[in-house]
Amino acid sequence: MTDRTDLLEFLLRMGDNALILGHRVSEWCGHAPVLEEDIALANTALDLIGQTQLWLGYAAEVQGEGKSADDLAFLRDAWDFRNVLMVEMPNGDFGRTLMRQFFYDAWQSVLLGRLVKSSDRQVSEIAEKASKEVAYHLERSADTVVGLGDGTDESHRRMQDALDYLWPYAGELCQADEVDARLAKAGVTPDPATLRDEYFALVRRVLTDATLDIPEDDFHHTGGRTGRMHTEHLGHLLTQMQWLQRAYPNSTW
Amino acid sequence: MSSVNPGALPEPQDTHAKPRAEWPLWEIFIRGQHGMSHRHVGSLHAPDAEMAVKNARDVYTRRNEGVSIWVVEARHITATAPGDKGPMFEPSESKIYRHPTFYDIPDEIGHM
Repeated sequence: MTDRTDLLEFLLRMGDNALILGHRVSEWCGHAPVLEEDIALANTALDLIGQTQLWLGYAAEVQGEGKSADDLAFLRDAWDFRNVLMVEMPNGDFGRTLMRQFFYDAWQSVLLGRLVKSSDRQVSEIAEKASKEVAYHLERSADTVVGLGDGTDESHRRMQDALDYLWPYAGELCQADEVDARLAKAGVTPDPATLRDEYFALVRRVLTDATLDIPEDDFHHTGGRTGRMHTEHLGHLLTQMQWLQRAYPNSTW
Repeated sequence: MSSVNPGALPEPQDTHAKPRAEWPLWEIFIRGQHGMSHRHVGSLHAPDAEMAVKNARDVYTRRNEGVSIWVVEARHITATAPGDKGPMFEPSESKIYRHPTFYDIPDEIGHM
């Protein structure tokens, strides 16, 4: 029997990653460099919000306090969020946004591929649905990272800047704690250690194709997925994302 | 008979001008469902064929419109010239006997 608190923690981590990144990506709507990318980014954001509904919907069910996915998304404060720090970082330029998307997609594709075999049926079903979307997201973001990295002098420089900036955040995705260890033992989630190698192998292959220099420093920021600390950026993001529900409680459309 | 290429970009007048840093134009064809033919749905810009397929997926199939996508760079399409409309199309206007409307279809055939 899986510990409900552990399962809830895991579901919040999954849902909050998708929610916060979905919101960040949606900020590009109407601002992307070309129409085609604008629509593609909006599609990605919508996919992520759709996945959020599944993860947080299940989280609310496990929590058993009669809350909904919307309650969890719009009525929690920064310290309750369990997303990794990378997804709350500001978008920066288009290159940094796509580099971040690539890191996230690469991690998701590795993780969801294993979660399909989760001992928890609902986790397995959500992973099954999300993995098709993520396969496309990864193809698109990886191709774009390679295209821009191995592109013009300017695009290469911007992608190298993006990589140098985001590299210290890439490791938190596969950071693991006791919650992960217990869930892995129960067969709900895969063994985090085995994911790490697969994830970094994929990341290194694409970054090498993109002719980018991979930083050697392995230091990475942590604290987001455990809720120990977030960056100053999450609070600003939440004030915008949650404003309507906070100002007009229970409003619907 | 002359033809035109609607997707061709005009040649720069000034040979010293920098080439246009713009992605080529692609024409997009989508098959709505199995058994149907691909139909032209519009065009978009993309750096290469693979990205054109991805962009077409994102721009033209987000409401479940398709099961297959074809892309072709617009410059590869050869089209009839608008000025040739007379010789190209008018002669068929008066050939009404080419329409299969002069036959009595037996009742047992039903709807054709």
